[in-house]
Amino acid sequence: MGVEVRVEGLTKAFGKQTIWRDVSLTLPAGQISVMLGPSGTGKSVFLKTLIGLIKPDEGHIFIEGVDIATCSEKDLYEIRKLFGVLFQDGAMFGSMTLFDNVAFPLREHTRKTESEISDIVMEKMTMVGLVGAEDKLPGEISGGMRKRAGLARALVLEPEIILFDEPDSGLDPVRTAFINQLMVDLNQQTEATFLIVTHDINTARTVPDNIGLLYHRHLSMFGPREMLLSSEEPAVRQFLNAQTVGPIGMSEEKDADELAAEDHSTLPPLPPIPLQLFPSDGRPRATQPEPGAWCAANGVVPPPGSFLDDGSSFTVPPQTSVAGGAR
Amino acid sequence: MLGVVTGPLATAGKLFAFGADVLLAVFKRPFQFREFVQQAWFIASVTIIPIALVAIPFGAVVALQTGSLVQQFGAQSFVGSAAVLAVLREAAPIATALLVAGAGGSAIAADLGARKIREELDAMMVLGIDPIQRLVVPRVLACMLVAVFLNGLVSVVGVLGGYIFNVVLQGGTPGAYLASFTALAQTPDLYQGMAKALVFGLIAAIVSTYMGMHADGGPQGVGQAVMESVVITFLLLFMANFVMSALYFQLIPAKAL
Repeated sequence: MGVEVRVEGLTKAFGKQTIWRDVSLTLPAGQISVMLGPSGTGKSVFLKTLIGLIKPDEGHIFIEGVDIATCSEKDLYEIRKLFGVLFQDGAMFGSMTLFDNVAFPLREHTRKTESEISDIVMEKMTMVGLVGAEDKLPGEISGGMRKRAGLARALVLEPEIILFDEPDSGLDPVRTAFINQLMVDLNQQTEATFLIVTHDINTARTVPDNIGLLYHRHLSMFGPREMLLSSEEPAVRQFLNAQTVGPIGMSEEKDADELAAEDHSTLPPLPPIPLQLFPSDGRPRATQPEPGAWCAANGVVPPPGSFLDDGSSFTVPPQTSVAGGAR
Repeated sequence: MLGVVTGPLATAGKLFAFGADVLLAVFKRPFQFREFVQQAWFIASVTIIPIALVAIPFGAVVALQTGSLVQQFGAQSFVGSAAVLAVLREAAPIATALLVAGAGGSAIAADLGARKIREELDAMMVLGIDPIQRLVVPRVLACMLVAVFLNGLVSVVGVLGGYIFNVVLQGGTPGAYLASFTALAQTPDLYQGMAKALVFGLIAAIVSTYMGMHADGGPQGVGQAVMESVVITFLLLFMANFVMSALYFQLIPAKAL
């Protein structure tokens, strides 16, 4: 079962430039959360702060009662064993084969025999669909395969929290759909807490249980997926629907004149909320909410056409509609 | 304006803090013996040939300079001793420094820099492994070991080069050259050459690992880190060389004739 991550009042600046200020949120145990934000808003910095690679200037991050913003280096190395991290390009060790890469954490941190290690590695390689590529070097395979290999390595110590740094960057739509499906399936199997940093709207709309938006040096909103997808808040609405009308400009935020010039009466209606991506066996994940549950509980009327199998042009992967239909 | 002063000071401070971290990590177990051997072999393989090729003209030039100088004083019989002294005390450590910093150090900075921008170092830390203990310590120790051996190599090749140059090309007498070998040179000269090489290896490795691990901004950042590591290493090495030479003259009395 996953572990809860509680972030309180986190602030980080590089020199005079504030990256974000006063970020507070809780990643609920076992759920999938997505952190969104325009390019250059410090999403990756946030992720690295969560694992203690970057020290925040202020604030706390509590994981199992330990504040990793202030704990000792020794505690930090201990707490990191709870984490699995998928870095942007997989961050495979270039001098080792994929097998050795995935086996690396096991050889370092466990006293398992080589045959036990081999069993675990092959199991994870099967999970991410890389059987047959164990003897390749990271330089010899494609970016998508490197990402999947990075995922296998992140999974090998059975982490309680898994962080994904742009799992879909540089991948074509089909591979992105496969990675999304893989993440949902992994969450079903491992029941770990997931945090995905991305700016892929399709991923953000269909994969997570919770969405957060980093924008204008602060956390604009964090909450259940349906809350953000039905939100009228300008920045959230603009980002989640990929529109040019709204407070987010080409370079950071727009100025007052530009905003005033925009005619808000022409805002298109909110698109329907798509169904969440189901695990490939069609059974919902342990932490997966009923479609529309949040809207019903909070008296929010979802946009017309929400939660239908064919509801949205965003639900591209065919497995989704099959899985949803079978339900 | 203040930044002009504080910038380099801050970097110097961080470099020292990094050096202290490395020193502490040296005593952490398990020692990465395999990495140490691989790195020592790697550094040796990129430096041995160039350093031998550098040592020959180095020895020759020293023989040429001292030869003509000593001749003017009418002390041809001491050409050998002057050449040995110059090679052992200065030429060998300096040539070692050039190659360890230029070839070994730049290779280390490029390697670690590439790992840094590919986020391999972050991944390593996340997997609960300290890159300083795992990657930096073996490189620093390997660099120091190789530097000491290279110093020996340059000494031998340099003295041989000087001998050949003096005897074959300048028409010196082999007997006089060899006989005066130990007239001025003493064993502490050899020790100080080795001590210098050890310190140079340490400085070159610390600077280049530090620069590599703090590379930033994509492939261009790696190039920048390599360039900076070579320049800073040279600066520090020549400074350290001066200080160590000055100390040596204060501490060890010159051999009486």
